Amino acid sequence: MDNQLYLSSSPHIHSGETTERIMRLVIYALLPAVLVSLYFFGLPALKVLLICTLGCVVCEALANKLLKQELTIKDGSGALTGILLALNLPASSPWWLALLGSAIAIFIGKMIYGGLGYNPFNPALVARVVLLISFPVQMTRWTAPAPLTTGIDAVTAATPLGEMKMAVMLTGKLPETANSGLLDYFTGNMGGCLGEVSSIALLLGGLLLIYKKVITWHIPVSFIGTTLLVSTIFWLADPGKYANPLFHLLTGGLLLGAFFMATDMVTSPITYKGMLIFGCGCGLLTILIRLFGGYPEGVSFAILLMNAVTPLIDRSCRPKIYGLAEKA
Amino acid sequence: MNLKTFAGGLHPPDSKHYSANKPIERCPLPDELVIPPAQHIGAPAEICINVGDQVKKGQVIATAKGFVSVPVHASTSGMVVAIEPRLHPMGKPLPAVVIKPDGKDQWEDSLQQHDPDQLNADELKKLICAAGIVGMGGATFPAHVKLSPPEGKKIDTLILNGVECEPFLTADHRMMLEESERIIDGINILRKILGLETAIIGIEVNKPDAIEKLTRDCAPHGIQVQPLKVQYPQGAEKQLIDACTGRQVPTGGLPMDCGVVVQNVGTCAAISDTIRLGRPLVERVATVTGPGIREPKNLLIAIGTSLQHMLDQCGGLDGEPAKIIMGGPMMGQTQLSLQVPAIRGTSGLLIFREQDLPRKNFGPCIRCGRCVSVCPIHLQPTTIAAYARLDMIDEAENNNALDCIECGCCTYICPATLPLVQSIRHIKGSILAKRRKI
Repeated sequence: MDNQLYLSSSPHIHSGETTERIMRLVIYALLPAVLVSLYFFGLPALKVLLICTLGCVVCEALANKLLKQELTIKDGSGALTGILLALNLPASSPWWLALLGSAIAIFIGKMIYGGLGYNPFNPALVARVVLLISFPVQMTRWTAPAPLTTGIDAVTAATPLGEMKMAVMLTGKLPETANSGLLDYFTGNMGGCLGEVSSIALLLGGLLLIYKKVITWHIPVSFIGTTLLVSTIFWLADPGKYANPLFHLLTGGLLLGAFFMATDMVTSPITYKGMLIFGCGCGLLTILIRLFGGYPEGVSFAILLMNAVTPLIDRSCRPKIYGLAEKA
Repeated sequence: MNLKTFAGGLHPPDSKHYSANKPIERCPLPDELVIPPAQHIGAPAEICINVGDQVKKGQVIATAKGFVSVPVHASTSGMVVAIEPRLHPMGKPLPAVVIKPDGKDQWEDSLQQHDPDQLNADELKKLICAAGIVGMGGATFPAHVKLSPPEGKKIDTLILNGVECEPFLTADHRMMLEESERIIDGINILRKILGLETAIIGIEVNKPDAIEKLTRDCAPHGIQVQPLKVQYPQGAEKQLIDACTGRQVPTGGLPMDCGVVVQNVGTCAAISDTIRLGRPLVERVATVTGPGIREPKNLLIAIGTSLQHMLDQCGGLDGEPAKIIMGGPMMGQTQLSLQVPAIRGTSGLLIFREQDLPRKNFGPCIRCGRCVSVCPIHLQPTTIAAYARLDMIDEAENNNALDCIECGCCTYICPATLPLVQSIRHIKGSILAKRRKI
């Protein structure tokens, strides 16, 4: 009997929490947004989702093979990256765009650094931004949502943020819809990426993640809070030129970004204080790009820029250690 | 209820149902007792008897060497049959006195009963040291050292540790229910020694019966019972002090540096026995528990009883054991064999079978920050562990690795099942070794 005993250093029990479970829960939390996108965009959306998800998983397996590693796809992070990437693409994306995006996300965004846990930037956002810069036409050809029930063929439409940028640039004034379309934005009845359209679905998923303690409130609240605060200041200063904060909240990728992309654990700070700084930075950059940048939407750029300073934030936000103050 | 706690920590399933309702039972004497002189923090005692000697219960068999050391006593009457290296709970053979009990369990004649009211603080401390009293929560720090603050250090609060935050263990819980008089007597002796009034017993609310009983029994003595939120590692000295008083022990310091002395409730009962009955520390209560044991119990054992003998009193093994743990599942030490003796710091014997052990599939750190949020010292365990894996000693030290209390919360919560606290333990050793060299 004595030969079969395990000797090990304590602790001898474990919470049962696993990386797989975390990834699985995030995927579950994205399901409402996925379903809404399928409802509004139909088969093209399904096509993009399938290509991205399968593409990312296959690319990761391929990278494992090339790097002579053990297969890592069962941790679920590759599939999650695929879904997030799909939600960041327009429904009209051609198949090659989705596939290329998957390859960029996995190879350049993740595996080149050593795989899960080592990538400095959110892989799905790296892919989105590369695609956005390289294929601006395909990446901004938006389809107006055509719920399955209406039977209308896809028509192109601009995103509310795109409309706003255009109008402000041309006329110096907000378009009418900026104030009248809030209910449509809330439910998802607007042009945009797959995952941007329904605020309510994203909110539902985000709250599930917080409730299940997969993420904490720090990043979403500081991210969204800062965006709202800064946009309110501008709106109060000139409501004719700057859109109201609710418009900024409900359009574009803010909710998707704040709940699902900025909270990516690998690329965000590990302390609560760091998370707050990170979220505030994301919010500030987002609104600055939206109001003054060349692109109508700034969430992806904002998160990537803050990803870059995450190591610095971590370094400067070490929590105060028990008993340290008294010694000084 | 006014619940207090500390910042950080977590709440693993407490698994106390195995033994919480089992009254303390006296374990019969085994055929031989193996008593190592190394049973406490500090210098091991020096063996002062010879093979063939007849000893009585409570007789000194090894004398203290230095201030941070205590003597060790025979736990029953009988003959010394061997003095030889035996497997120690530390995991290696160490010198031990082997006693064959004569069955009479006769106390040493010279032991004297005292009335604590007739003695002064120094006399009381001397008796406590001579009785070999050490912290019985598991740390086994000599009690008289804690009670002797250097000149100029003012102690104003005595905290009694009735937290028992380790899952599975119920020895202190049963002591509080069954031996509250001895505990309170011990507390009063400690108050006299330290010359203070404020005494707080910290108990987690998963032991409502103990809180109720002690609150009632303590009322006439002016001892406060503080209910605490269930949170591991609240029984760690630093965390308990923070929870009860809001004070923090300075890093690298001792509780006395913030005016506090902490003693385990079991230690208090032993102190009462020592003074009133003259009896040294030769027995203790240990919880024999876990899914691998047929009939979990709280046993009153003679120091030196083998784990096998304790197990035999509890219906034996239930299935094939995979891990034998002395202490609790969060900080206990795995044992090589059931022949190892229980010593003064043995708060429990815990047995897990293969199916009770957590699955390990080490993955990469996903930087989820869970270890950071549960660390009761507010370290960044994943960062220190990463330095440890790369053997970057200075970086680990700069990240305060030495402040780690090794409670294991980080490893417990890690979704990648990384051995975080184990890595930190390892690098702490390297840091200390490097310091010694300089």
